[in-house]
Amino acid sequence: MENNEIARAIVLGASALGAGTAMIAGIGPGIGEGFAVGKACESIGRQPESSGAVTRTMFIGCAVAESTGIYGLLVALLLMFANPFIGKL
Amino acid sequence: MHITDFLRGSPDGIDVKGPGVLCSFDIAGVTINLTETVVISWGIILAVTLLLAWLTHDLKTKDISKRQVVAEWIVTTVYGLVEDSMGKRWRWFAPYIGALFTFSITGSLVSMIGLRSVTADFNAPLAWALVTFVFIHGTNIKTHGLGGYLKGYIDPVPVMLPINVLSEVSTPVSMSLRHFGNVVSGMVITSLLYFALSVVTKSIGVAFLTIGVPAVLSLYFDLFSGFMQAFVFIMLTMAYISNADGRQEA
Repeated sequence: MENNEIARAIVLGASALGAGTAMIAGIGPGIGEGFAVGKACESIGRQPESSGAVTRTMFIGCAVAESTGIYGLLVALLLMFANPFIGKL
Repeated sequence: MHITDFLRGSPDGIDVKGPGVLCSFDIAGVTINLTETVVISWGIILAVTLLLAWLTHDLKTKDISKRQVVAEWIVTTVYGLVEDSMGKRWRWFAPYIGALFTFSITGSLVSMIGLRSVTADFNAPLAWALVTFVFIHGTNIKTHGLGGYLKGYIDPVPVMLPINVLSEVSTPVSMSLRHFGNVVSGMVITSLLYFALSVVTKSIGVAFLTIGVPAVLSLYFDLFSGFMQAFVFIMLTMAYISNADGRQEA
């Protein structure tokens, strides 16, 4: 009984750490999207008439670049709200 | 409260649930759950159909009404978008794109009237992505022939086969996960925020933070994010399908 409680606490603690660690994945998209938006601003500054197409392409690119971050987020959410390891105790 | 109860992830208030099951049927040993998502989806389909029926009844060529102007604007915009991104040859494709966009955006925005977002259930974006997946491969086979299509998997060298298959399979997965993840993250962050605001309100006793802050965040997470993801979804659909077509646009 006592052991089970400790095992549970360890799993939950490790899951919380894992959720936090998974969010390190947010760094990549952050840097990448910032870079993409910076470049888009530059190109709009150079060619203001093409701002519509540039903005559209930039948003699509950002959304695609964001997907790795989203995967990290999903893993974090899974660990926090639908923990698969607790059931295995 | 025991410490492990707290660690379980649901201290009162923060609890993220999947869509509720309203009732389930047993058909030939397979359990079919009638979830919130299904019911709300049918509600959306009905509402959108009625709205469009109202917009498009009694069309004229002269003395057009405001209603008809709106309907024409919607149709021209969608057709224009498809022609811009895929070329004139793909004009016939516009209804699918329009339907996808409408369903996606209304599915995300139903959260504004207190219902659960349809897109916050992974099944909904996955279904759309699978339809797109069928379209991509159908187009590919239509253009290159079955032989050419299969040959594409061992291009440039046969060793690449597993990687090519993996990249094809990951297309619908990443498309649907992106949409789902964005909407769900918005939902989770909003519920975390509500929890935090309620704690703050309880501790100081004055509910001044709960007035403006949720509205601003909802503007971003519901309106902007919902619109953005719907747009990205249709843009990617068009990009993948015209890419599968392969022929250069004149």
